[in-house]
Amino acid sequence: MESRFAIENRIWNDAESLPRDQLRALQVERLRDCVARVAQVPFYKEAFAREKVTPDAIQSLDDLRRLPFTTKADLREHYPLGFLAVPREKVVRIHGSSGTTGRPTFVAYTKDDLALWSDLCARFLVSGGLRPEHTVHIAFGYGLFTGGFGLHYGVERVGATVVPVSSGNTPRQIMLMQDLGAQVLVSTPSYALQIAEVARAQGLDPRELPLEFAHFGGEPWTQDMGERIERELGLMAFNNYGLSEVIGPGVSGDCAARDGMHIQEDHFIVECLDPDSLEPVAEGEYGELVFTAMTKQAMPIIRYRTRDIAALNASPCPCGRTTVRMSRIVGRTDDMLIIRGVNLFPSQIEEALLRVEGVAPQYQILIERPGALDVVTVRVEMRPEVFSDKMSQMQALRERIDREIQVVAGIHVNVELVEPQSIERTPGKAKRVLDLRNT
Amino acid sequence: MKINQLSLFLENKPAHMKVPCQILADAGINILTLSLADTQQFGILRLIVRDWERARDVLEKAGCVVKITEVVAVEVPDRPGGLAGLLDVVDQCGINIEYMYAFTFRRGDRAVMVFRFDDPDEALRTITEKGVNIVESVELFAEAGE
Repeated sequence: MESRFAIENRIWNDAESLPRDQLRALQVERLRDCVARVAQVPFYKEAFAREKVTPDAIQSLDDLRRLPFTTKADLREHYPLGFLAVPREKVVRIHGSSGTTGRPTFVAYTKDDLALWSDLCARFLVSGGLRPEHTVHIAFGYGLFTGGFGLHYGVERVGATVVPVSSGNTPRQIMLMQDLGAQVLVSTPSYALQIAEVARAQGLDPRELPLEFAHFGGEPWTQDMGERIERELGLMAFNNYGLSEVIGPGVSGDCAARDGMHIQEDHFIVECLDPDSLEPVAEGEYGELVFTAMTKQAMPIIRYRTRDIAALNASPCPCGRTTVRMSRIVGRTDDMLIIRGVNLFPSQIEEALLRVEGVAPQYQILIERPGALDVVTVRVEMRPEVFSDKMSQMQALRERIDREIQVVAGIHVNVELVEPQSIERTPGKAKRVLDLRNT
Repeated sequence: MKINQLSLFLENKPAHMKVPCQILADAGINILTLSLADTQQFGILRLIVRDWERARDVLEKAGCVVKITEVVAVEVPDRPGGLAGLLDVVDQCGINIEYMYAFTFRRGDRAVMVFRFDDPDEALRTITEKGVNIVESVELFAEAGE
């Protein structure tokens, strides 16, 4: 999207543009060191003994595959701080992820970890236009959640001004943005839309706000949503990614090219695996992201299964960074469907439908197996905006939907146009997937 | 003169056709004529009623997807070659017909047909010039006993 704001291509840390061979050598060295440091963590001690892994066994990146995976369940089993790799007194900070069920999982940071975290956040902030003279409005919650503090440190590290507004009271946030002249917004993308809505309700054109850039994280968002935010708020939106188990925000982020988020590979080794076979997928294919955080002191983590689905792109980027890029998160392994051996995510269907209509429609994915093969039907509720009295246009609409789904998801589906309100709704939201294959 | 036609989206399933008809019945609205275009999966029901605005409101309120389209009601001699002659005129004018259907009543020795043209204003102008008789909506509804 065209923007009225110029963005300079700046690289915060030379490590972002290390030649690939040097980067690989650094990763091997850091991984070996990491394996040595976690060898006293009970979970890894046991796993290493079982697999007969010692630090010396790490000779190349291929040896990563000899190491065990770590899952959320493993962290929960060692609640609260069973994964600590340093004496407790070295810990200066605890963060956590809420988790939808019961207890949070905690992560810990040493003083050095916080410094590293700040640097990683500074990297993606700078690659997304942040300059020391900027004022940054941080509308992330400050608390156990890593978003608020991580971005806060990153902005401070760059030397820009932080306005740590945290979340809530949108009219007041709008006032602060205006009065303090914030050029940069840090929030979830959905909160940005909320800001635009509240501004309009106040009789204010959201584009008149001083914002020029936004760094979004905390939830996945589609390109269409990003374009809508850019249009409504008159800014340039940058994506960043992270999760507390790996470090928090700062795992990866957009550069000026905004064609994938650069993974900070000097600190994190990324793998993209088929969530069932746990074998690597081909480059460019969607798979589960697995991260090894090699350099953290308090809680290094080996092959953490994120359950986030994305694709990797190792091709050179015009920005000059040499690191591999990850796509947006298109789904979670929890909602992945396997159709005739192809991975399909409800979010892909949604993205395809958004391309057709520009607004989120109600839809349902029905999977059946009448014979040997899976048959997918996508039901789309008819809306007055796209309904026509002409049969030719209605057929064209169906074909268009089918085509967009083929482009986005790579599979052919039956498209059924259905009456409004005919898709069953569980409280608040529609039931998206109806898998009748094993009934 | 153009008249307003209601189009409704229907799934091609048993009893789905009855729903809008019942809604109109409950509102005391008479259907003057209709046409159904269907595919295996869905259909488009097109209706002519006198009080189209009220019909649209009750249908939309009941959750139906409704579209209002302007169509043209044309008199056709009710004898062999009557329709062919009219289509000849339409053809000469270079006008494209999207679809058409008939009213159930006659005006003397003439039948009345509903035409959906791509550009109803242009069609109306050119075929009137060629002497085709357009039925004004008032007459049409009087004819139907409304």
